[in-house]
Amino acid sequence: MADVSHTDERIKQTSRLRQALIRPELGGIVGTVAVFVFFFLFAHDSGMFNAQGVMNWSVVSAQFMIIAVGACLLMIAGEFDLSVGSMIGFAGMMIAIFGVTYELPMWIAILITFAICIAFGALNGYIVVKTGLPSFIVTLATLFILRGFTIFIPQTLERKTIIGGIREAAEGDWLAAVFGAKIGKPIFQWLGDAGVISTFERGSRIGEPVVDGIPMLIIWALGLVIFGHWLLTRTRFGNWIFASGGDADAARNSGVPVTAVKIKMFMFTAFCATVFAVCQVMEFGSAGADRGLLKEFEAIIAVVIGGALLTGGYGSVIGAALGALIFGVVQQGLFFAGVESSLFRVFLGVILLAAVILNTYIRRIITGER
Amino acid sequence: MSEPIIQMKNIEKHFGSVIALAGVSVDIFPGECHCLLGDNGAGKSTFIKTMSGVHKPTKGEIVFDGKPMNFARPRNAMAAGIATVHQHLAMIPLMSVSRNFFMGNEPIRKIGPIRLFDHEHANTVTMEAMKKMGINLRGPDQAVGTLSGGERQTVAISRAVHFGAKVLILDEPTSALGVRQTSNVLATIDKVRKEGVAVVFITHNVRHALAVGDRFTVLNRGTTLGTAKKGEITAEELQDMMAGGQELAVLEGSLGGTV
Repeated sequence: MADVSHTDERIKQTSRLRQALIRPELGGIVGTVAVFVFFFLFAHDSGMFNAQGVMNWSVVSAQFMIIAVGACLLMIAGEFDLSVGSMIGFAGMMIAIFGVTYELPMWIAILITFAICIAFGALNGYIVVKTGLPSFIVTLATLFILRGFTIFIPQTLERKTIIGGIREAAEGDWLAAVFGAKIGKPIFQWLGDAGVISTFERGSRIGEPVVDGIPMLIIWALGLVIFGHWLLTRTRFGNWIFASGGDADAARNSGVPVTAVKIKMFMFTAFCATVFAVCQVMEFGSAGADRGLLKEFEAIIAVVIGGALLTGGYGSVIGAALGALIFGVVQQGLFFAGVESSLFRVFLGVILLAAVILNTYIRRIITGER
Repeated sequence: MSEPIIQMKNIEKHFGSVIALAGVSVDIFPGECHCLLGDNGAGKSTFIKTMSGVHKPTKGEIVFDGKPMNFARPRNAMAAGIATVHQHLAMIPLMSVSRNFFMGNEPIRKIGPIRLFDHEHANTVTMEAMKKMGINLRGPDQAVGTLSGGERQTVAISRAVHFGAKVLILDEPTSALGVRQTSNVLATIDKVRKEGVAVVFITHNVRHALAVGDRFTVLNRGTTLGTAKKGEITAEELQDMMAGGQELAVLEGSLGGTV
């Protein structure tokens, strides 16, 4: 008891459980384990856990992850972006317009699209911080504006709302490959030859493995998660993100450039949406005016499941990534388990509600509110 | 006594047709706790905002460290060493103590061109600073939300001092605190003063002012009623000056002298 003078009798020793409980990732970790146990018990023989099945839900989860990272950092900075879904549709359409209709080289089309979309993100952020209006309303307006353009532009130029031929236009393009290619093909071929993963037994691709590589989409998802987590927890800018969302006035008083932080986060969210869109059009080979519908809410749900507070100032990119994983595994898992797919929405509503209640409770523990 | 660190000479501030300050002069010396007293609407807030660069005086001169000063922004005042600790706008409850402590002044650890937040340094410094101020933390990652109001003020004050504040303006730091928390904050003020920092302590509580103050300036309706030294003035006199010698007289008996 030599250390007694340095301890405060009023500070209760907290249990490890309680300490673990206030980590934002907790809900995501528990949920992930629960979801995998559940589907392992009820769908292990459905092909969900063979190479093809794993690739199936990994791709879906990776899609959610890409937009969840942007939404997560933005939410921690204290703002929302409801225009993510429209941005995905709009970005895909821009690539089709520039790359197919105007026949620009695909890499130029992709770069122009990134520039336009990030500019829209900056505009969102600028309006929010300058007017002080809730980002909810400002980005709701952007949601409609972008969706309107996404339908209007191809209809005016091409008299249709789906533009195909992107895969052909992107053939051999270096930048398109960064979003649309698959990597590790020799390894998968070797795994196929070795019998670890099954191969096609007939048809034109006979002898090729059923999973022939890891799509760049997954690489982007993992890269963005690592980058986001690093930015948030290890850099000075990360501290500013927390501060801007926690209390913008207090942050400003301490010299944090809150305005710049928020605008940059809106731009980053737009960047993530555009990455999603480019990967999607490269995979499908076409752009449609209805792409990305409701994605903004799916991103927000993944972030909330991941432990972030809707009010800002608290959250975790790893948590958001786990939220996205839960999302993808359940969506595809219900299909594998042969459950009516409309029940997915019921599940989504229930898990969202549970996550928000848990998060509010955790917030009370952290801040000592009663 | 040494040279004043900051001199406010005949400061006037008008907002449109309202005269918030009508010629206030105050000298503040390093290592003293200068109490600025006044009732609501006396012009205390306007006065300290002028001092910290938020407002520009309509008339009058501010001399800081021997030079006339003209801060365009609060940030410039902060950089020069004038720090303001606001009662509510100081800390972010959801963030850890060490993240709060270094908010806006994050220590950087460079790995090549990459600049990282140096958590190790931040944690060590925070723990040391808190120990010095008598706050026992469970760890540097403890959230500020778990601290009491008084402890939060103390963290904010020691943060300002750590980052080189020469003049520390405390805007009603004790007005929402309980008895024990108040005494903690007052003890903090005493420690800071002994380090040679000039403390400007804004309050409307005479007893809090008398507990730590070296000199007292009373503001009333935009003018100063003079500055008194410790021991030259009683609580009753201060109180009368704050209230402008009105209303309180009736209640004096039942309030037992001080409010």
